[in-house]
Amino acid sequence: MRLFELRSMPDFGLNWLDASGPDSDIVLSTRVRLARNLQGYPFSVRAKPADRAAVLATIREVLERSAQLADAVIVEIERLSPREQRMMLERHLVSRELLGGDRETPSSSALVVSMQKPVGLMINEEDHLRLQSLTSGFGPRQTWHLVDSLDEDLGSELPYAFHHEFGHLTSCPTNCGTGLRASVLIHLPGLVLTKEIHKVLQGITQVGLTFRGLYGEGSEVIGNLFQVSNQTTLGKSEDDLIDHLGKIVGQVVEYERQARAVLLRDAPYVIEDKVWRAYGLLRHARSLAFDEMMNLLSGVRLGLSLKLLPGPSVYVVNRIMIYAQNAHLEEASAGTLSSSELDIQRAVLVRTALAEAESSTASRTE
Amino acid sequence: MLCDHCGKNEAEVHLTQIVDNEMTTVHLCPACAAEKGLDAGTVTKNLPLSDFLAQMGKAALADEEATIVGPCTYCHTTVDDFRRTGRLGCPHCYSVFETQLRAILRRIHGSTYHMGKVYVPPTSEAAERSARLAGLRRKLQRAVEAEDFERAAVIRDQIREIEAGIEG
Repeated sequence: MRLFELRSMPDFGLNWLDASGPDSDIVLSTRVRLARNLQGYPFSVRAKPADRAAVLATIREVLERSAQLADAVIVEIERLSPREQRMMLERHLVSRELLGGDRETPSSSALVVSMQKPVGLMINEEDHLRLQSLTSGFGPRQTWHLVDSLDEDLGSELPYAFHHEFGHLTSCPTNCGTGLRASVLIHLPGLVLTKEIHKVLQGITQVGLTFRGLYGEGSEVIGNLFQVSNQTTLGKSEDDLIDHLGKIVGQVVEYERQARAVLLRDAPYVIEDKVWRAYGLLRHARSLAFDEMMNLLSGVRLGLSLKLLPGPSVYVVNRIMIYAQNAHLEEASAGTLSSSELDIQRAVLVRTALAEAESSTASRTE
Repeated sequence: MLCDHCGKNEAEVHLTQIVDNEMTTVHLCPACAAEKGLDAGTVTKNLPLSDFLAQMGKAALADEEATIVGPCTYCHTTVDDFRRTGRLGCPHCYSVFETQLRAILRRIHGSTYHMGKVYVPPTSEAAERSARLAGLRRKLQRAVEAEDFERAAVIRDQIREIEAGIEG
């Protein structure tokens, strides 16, 4: 296992952006995580620095011998600059909790990411271990299998805190039992435009699922992107939780496709105009706020899915979504930027990316 | 984005609610959020659960006013800590607060029984080794903190010996 230099790998941990997975014109990504704790230590939040260091050392020692993570890199959060920490968050590789939330950076927190498979770990997050997998498109089952196999591997060497009745014990009782949270990041402009979204969201909350914004718990819904996940973790098997989420989200994807078909049938020019206007603004604007960009990208994403726009690819849209965030823009310009400078740099990045995509499409058709 | 309430400060708290099929999002700056009783630090993370736990805690306590539970003998977490933060302190807390937890788990999950995969702990030999290593590492840390470097060196050698045993 190597220590990691962020600058040496510009696309670190971003394989899920490649839009290669099932239904990736609607579902951006699927994530499954398992919460685990080691016996004999207080949970991370309550643990003293010495306990946290010991937890990290114990897990690292097992990782050194893990065949599945033989090629993994370890990122010690304390060693990252504040900007690099924010970049990890913008890449959805770490949680706010792992970075310490609003408090100072916690000691002995780490991120482990495999270079071969889309799996990794957060160490000393709210729980000692968060095993996670993040994959492109809509694939709860395969994503679960990736995490499960890693869990089998690590669990055969690490003494987890497990209770005969309550299952895996976690810092927060909302996670105990399986410790499993599966979520999909889903783009629902059709349901928003047809004003069906509230019914759908209310429906999913009635069947044991919950939704959040792009950045997880407590975050706002922007760009018509919703994160749908299971609400409960105890009393059902992992397979049942995964199948249930898969079934319900599958229905939501179906509703979204129907809503898009209705829009195209009833208001084709309105939709086409909306999509092209979004593209035009992104392609030419000289200043873009993040929320504005996300809303426009939503229009472009819809246009691509409905084949109203010839390009760019969903991959390019996904990349823009990550690289046009504040910490990434600051990293690219190697300095701190004011809010208006950020908006200007964001517009430059978007224009350049779209111009490049246009010229590569043009050269392909020639 | 500016605060919906004062219109002056940057909004940092985004509260999304669904009432009667209508989804509304209110954007507030931390000051206005605090005024409305929403603390920026907790509203995003802990509020619903800790609120809920506070309610549950009250109910549970009312039921058995006389029984004083905890604090946890291992990590010293009290019922109050749990109620305030929504977090338990260590695995042992699950035994200490078992009665309250059972009620809470039933309310959150609709069940208290783990139906998922049964975890098989590492072989007793491996578990023992791991527990010994954990204990030694804690001793080592304490020795270093106390600047007792002779003792630290002895403990370090013991750790190396066990680790070498694993590889060999």
